[in-house]
Amino acid sequence: MVKSGTIILNTAARFLMPLQLMFSVFLLLRGHDEPGGGFIAGLVAAGAFTLYLFAFGVSATKEVLRMVDPRDLIGAGLFFGMISVVPAWFMGQPFLTAQWWTIPVIDFKASTPLIFDIGVYLAVLGSVMGMVMALMEVDKDEP
Amino acid sequence: MQFAVLMGFVLAASSPLLNRWFGERTSLLLALFPALLAGWLFSQAPLVLSDGPQLLEWSWVPSLGISLSFLLDGLSLLFGLLITVIGTCVLVYAGGYLKGHQDIARFHLALVAFMASMLGLVLADGLLTLFIFWELTSITSYLLIGFNHTDIEARKSARQGLFVTVAGGLALMAGLVLLGIASGSWSLSEILQSDDDLRQHALYAPMLICLLLGAFTKSAQFPFHFWLPNAMAAPTPVSAYLHSATMVKAGIYLLARLQPELGGTAMWVTILSVVGATTMLTGAFLAIHHTNIKKLLAYSTIMALGTLTMLLGIGSEYAMTAFVTFLLAHSMYKGALFMVAGILDHETGTKDVTAMGGLRSVMPVTAVIAFVAALSLAGVPPLFGFIGKELMLEAALGAERVQLLLVLFAFLAAILTIAVAAIVALRPFYGARHETPQIPHEAPLSMLIGPGLLAFGSLALGLAPAVLGADALLTSAATAVAGETLPVSLSLWYGVNVALIMSVVSLILGFLLFKRWDSVRAQLARLAPVMRHGPEAGYEGLMNGIVRFSEWQTRLLQNGYMRNYILVMLVVLIALIGNSILLRHSPQLALSLDVRFHEVIVVGTMAMGALFATISRSRLGAVVSVGIMGFSIALIFILFSAPDLGITQLLVETMTVILLVLVLFRLPRFSNLSTNLERIRDGAVAATMGVLIFLLIITAWSIDQFESISTYMVENSAPLAYGRNIVNVILVDYRALDTLGEMFVLALAAIGVIAMLKLRHGETEGKATDSDKASVKEPYDG
Repeated sequence: MVKSGTIILNTAARFLMPLQLMFSVFLLLRGHDEPGGGFIAGLVAAGAFTLYLFAFGVSATKEVLRMVDPRDLIGAGLFFGMISVVPAWFMGQPFLTAQWWTIPVIDFKASTPLIFDIGVYLAVLGSVMGMVMALMEVDKDEP
Repeated sequence: MQFAVLMGFVLAASSPLLNRWFGERTSLLLALFPALLAGWLFSQAPLVLSDGPQLLEWSWVPSLGISLSFLLDGLSLLFGLLITVIGTCVLVYAGGYLKGHQDIARFHLALVAFMASMLGLVLADGLLTLFIFWELTSITSYLLIGFNHTDIEARKSARQGLFVTVAGGLALMAGLVLLGIASGSWSLSEILQSDDDLRQHALYAPMLICLLLGAFTKSAQFPFHFWLPNAMAAPTPVSAYLHSATMVKAGIYLLARLQPELGGTAMWVTILSVVGATTMLTGAFLAIHHTNIKKLLAYSTIMALGTLTMLLGIGSEYAMTAFVTFLLAHSMYKGALFMVAGILDHETGTKDVTAMGGLRSVMPVTAVIAFVAALSLAGVPPLFGFIGKELMLEAALGAERVQLLLVLFAFLAAILTIAVAAIVALRPFYGARHETPQIPHEAPLSMLIGPGLLAFGSLALGLAPAVLGADALLTSAATAVAGETLPVSLSLWYGVNVALIMSVVSLILGFLLFKRWDSVRAQLARLAPVMRHGPEAGYEGLMNGIVRFSEWQTRLLQNGYMRNYILVMLVVLIALIGNSILLRHSPQLALSLDVRFHEVIVVGTMAMGALFATISRSRLGAVVSVGIMGFSIALIFILFSAPDLGITQLLVETMTVILLVLVLFRLPRFSNLSTNLERIRDGAVAATMGVLIFLLIITAWSIDQFESISTYMVENSAPLAYGRNIVNVILVDYRALDTLGEMFVLALAAIGVIAMLKLRHGETEGKATDSDKASVKEPYDG
């Protein structure tokens, strides 16, 4: 049984988790040009939740995830991956050709690879969290 | 057109939501989809009739010559109309049939998805597109047969249908690939237009056999016919739609599609005529064994499918005309009769025709519909089915090969079919009233519209085929099947000829057979011991054999101990890699010893970690030392300036350690199970593997068969893909399809892990009910 709840871990987790999550989004968004990307960012985010999980246990983490089941995250990830494939069709280009749009005001490069990367991010996050939480839940119920 | 098909899938996916919003009206709402499509197809018909085939192309993977292109010609138009018009009828009907069923959303989902797949199948121009939609119809059919999944018979039948059609699907895939290789094109329209004669090609025979296997399994031809009657476990709207009007005709469609290019050879004519005629007679003969109304109709469907195959085999102009006419006629009356069967089952609570009787007075409308549709099935003028049957007999009389056999079989099948028609239409409605499990009422309007439309359509088309455009439609369909212009002009009266005399005689004999059906059935019951050794017994034997073989090899190779799994895998790897390396490429050990001091340290740490992991006496120690190895690898990535890989490796290592720590608590106490001998064996295997991997890397380094692709990626990642991080650009852009595949693998693995843990979890708490266990362990015994 994994023991949760030492003061140092609890305090650290409370502050580290939001930071880690922000960092993961940062890694995700800059991934196309600098080291980073959906896979790495997904692992960092999973790390954030896992730390919280170790500190506060499964039910508290579920509350933080706001009832989002990790399995739904996997599904959402696959969904994003799939829909990023479609726009090229409408442009009359081969399947999976990357499309780029610039959002004018904030000068942000939006693209299908980014949507795809978000899909990777969610799928990785969902898969790891799903496995970790399933393992923790089994632990919890055992005498 | 592509949009229409894709929209179908979107609609299918959203049907649970629609059901929540619209409740019982969802069926009607969904029926709008095929109705609109039917309207669109009708509007396209003049264009197809005047300008010939329409090709709508949508580029998919142009580098491989694969495109999502659809072909609309006479044949696909005819099939498309059947799918959409009967689909509309069936959806409306299902709204009444499954009213208030708790799983109706699941039903809608599978049915609409099937509709879209079937449309895609008949419209597809690409061979691969056709194959994908072909498999999708098998899968949706599986889901629909097994709709009542709590019923073990339904599950078994669903599995049987899936295995038979998917096994045929594999053969079909091989056949389509051979066709693509032989013709040099993956597009049906190009293959059909090309001048080279595939009949002379060296691959003709294997290609034809593979394609025929696919078509015969799908269209329930003898000896693969047994899955179709079992598929009657599905709800009746499904039987009416998939297993009589549309899906089972997919194989027939494929044969008709390829007939202009592959047909007419001695092999084609002989196989198709003989198999078709055998199926025809088998279906008709087996039909009268049964008293279950759905089985009666299912066997008579097999008879019709056999007839269609036979007509394609005969291949004369008459046969082609008969083919398209019979196809249309059969879909209409059989769809109507199945829906009538559903009404009877729904209202009386039994499927046994001998348990029904005198229902005419309580269900007058149903009785009329059944009567009209059955007249068409029996081939009585002035119904459309009569024209179909006349042409069929005429075509059999004009056959060039095995003519006598075909005529005899066709005549016998006609007699039996008339008996079946009489049993279905007269037995439940006339005679004395029987007590039925439910008190019957007339069916609601929603369940009468569909069958009524189809039955009276048969009547109208029979009376005035030219006025209603059937001539024009069938001309264009027959032209597509024959590969040359073939005008069709139907009429009820061709004068007194042999076919007409055969028709009249068969009508009389068929009616006599119906009168004596009860005693005939008693006689036939004596054949039961022989019938048990039919093709279905072969299927069961094969399935049980596969299960026994897999049990044997599982006991041998996967005995539940992780160490044995790894041993087996490593030994196989050693055999394969070793064979390839040592025999094909003699590795050259040209090593430059230009290594830096810090590199030696990192590699040394890794080696130490590996060594300690093997000799450690505690699991935690082993985990930590494996972790050290992982982190050292990350260090190497960073030293050789691959920061992305380094970060990934670090994170993966961290996650691995976390997961291992969570798992460690669940393992039994650490103990020493291996004898010294086993230890030596394991050590030897491990060492061999290590040496081989070393040789593999050295060899891979020294062989330079292709120019490295990395320069291209370095040069083009910024200008083409607008990204400076090449690793990420490769992952999400250059090789996005690979990544997408990996995402699915990851998702499946995660779901597998979660499911295994939760399942175990359920068992320890005693939550698993008996039915759960039964569904997991259900054996394949007959």
